Amino acid sequence: MPRRGPAVPSARAAAWRFVLQRASAAALALCVVVHLATIIYAVRHGLSSAAIVARVRGNAVWPAFYLLFVVAVAIHAPLGLRNVADEWLGLRGRGVNVLAVAFGLLVLGMGLFAVRTLAG
Amino acid sequence: MPLRHVTPAAPSSFPVRIWRGGADGRFELYDVPRHASQTVLDVVSHVQRHIDPTLAYRYACRVGMCGSCAMTVNGKARWTCRTHVDAVTTAGTLEVAPLNHLPIIRDLVVDMAPFFDKWAAARGAFMPTATRHDDFARVAPLSPQRRAIDATIECIGCAVCYSSCDVVGWRPDYLGPAALNRAWTLVNDVRDGGGDARLQAVAGDAGCLSCHTHQSCTERCPKQLAPTAAIAGLKRLVALAVVKGRL
Amino acid sequence: MLPKAPAAPLAEPRGVRGKSRRNDARARTHPAYWAFVVHRVSGVALALFLPLHFVTLSQALARPASFDAFLAWTHQPAVRLAESLLVLALAAHFAGGVRLLLVEFVGWRADWQKTAIAVAVAAALACTLLFAMSA
Repeated sequence: MPRRGPAVPSARAAAWRFVLQRASAAALALCVVVHLATIIYAVRHGLSSAAIVARVRGNAVWPAFYLLFVVAVAIHAPLGLRNVADEWLGLRGRGVNVLAVAFGLLVLGMGLFAVRTLAG
Repeated sequence: MPLRHVTPAAPSSFPVRIWRGGADGRFELYDVPRHASQTVLDVVSHVQRHIDPTLAYRYACRVGMCGSCAMTVNGKARWTCRTHVDAVTTAGTLEVAPLNHLPIIRDLVVDMAPFFDKWAAARGAFMPTATRHDDFARVAPLSPQRRAIDATIECIGCAVCYSSCDVVGWRPDYLGPAALNRAWTLVNDVRDGGGDARLQAVAGDAGCLSCHTHQSCTERCPKQLAPTAAIAGLKRLVALAVVKGRL
Repeated sequence: MLPKAPAAPLAEPRGVRGKSRRNDARARTHPAYWAFVVHRVSGVALALFLPLHFVTLSQALARPASFDAFLAWTHQPAVRLAESLLVLALAAHFAGGVRLLLVEFVGWRADWQKTAIAVAVAAALACTLLFAMSA
């Protein structure tokens, strides 16, 4: 009869965090390709602020795109930082969860504000 | 790395640092005769038999089948019976220490209990569903599941992967590559009745989801297994299970 | 024949049972480990930079005239260098992340692992150079 090992706490919560992390990663993969492409395009063509703003506000796709981008980042970044805090800073349990949620809300709030400003 | 030629008529000796004591012990320096085709296990055995009989270490088969002689050699976990001194000696020094991440009992001997406790916690034991009255199970040898098992079943529990995994070092309750690898073989076993309970055991922050794909386990496994692949498989199954509400 | 007793008897080990030794740099020399380090460091850098990014972007966009001034400021070499490092972080984290998603969800082939890492590194560097040289 093998000795009982350590219990695995809250498998479901951890599994959902994993799914959200990977799903947001997949979404961000697409967003980052577009973002890098547009940044490089804008830099190569020396676009002025008026040109950038005009292009972004001229098409409803851009605000929607950046909205998706912000939401995905607000999910992805805190979950990543949570792992780092746990493994390299030794922060565990409720404390690290609170920090992660707080950072997520901060990123979401600031990001939504930026998108609103962008959309005009 | 080319073998250094050693003239049998005039054997040289070389310095070997060996860990002595418990976790707060230290390295001691020994002068060991150098021979051709010498393994690290030969070196350790020589020290124990001819220099210091109080040196504690483990071995059994000494031919690379049992995994008992696993130790940390120049910073990397290896089977000492299958590690030639010439192949690992850098700048003429050899350093032998006990396996990492397991409690040191004394010198080169570690307590393997936590390793096997985690094996049990990952539900790494076969859970039969048939009785003696049932016919033999029919398992197609070329089915994807059986091939997945074949790729990872040869694990003999030597703890080299566990010792090499940095996540084990960072998360004390992380089940580790060997336990998760074994769970993967059972998850793919059509005769096994572990089901979602085993997935639950290997999910969680202490389970497969914490693997960061360092591939240290795959890099060091003396049987060339790939626990990283097995753990990736478990991640897929766990993700599917939680999305379908089965966890 | 009994072996000779040691010249100086070893002091009784005061070892604390239950403690173990840890890995050092020698156990971390393979490419996949460095890919992890790059991924984690770039991720943390991007996460910490993000609030700053949103703030400067919002401020610059709110006033178009100052956005032009802001863009002019970014032409300075020091700023361009910092931006290039950010692009490098983003491209590296992206490329490494795609590699991980492939390993975890598409499947594993042992002979593709090192190639995948090489491709990720190449893609990240190419993207960064493209940005940096367009300044």
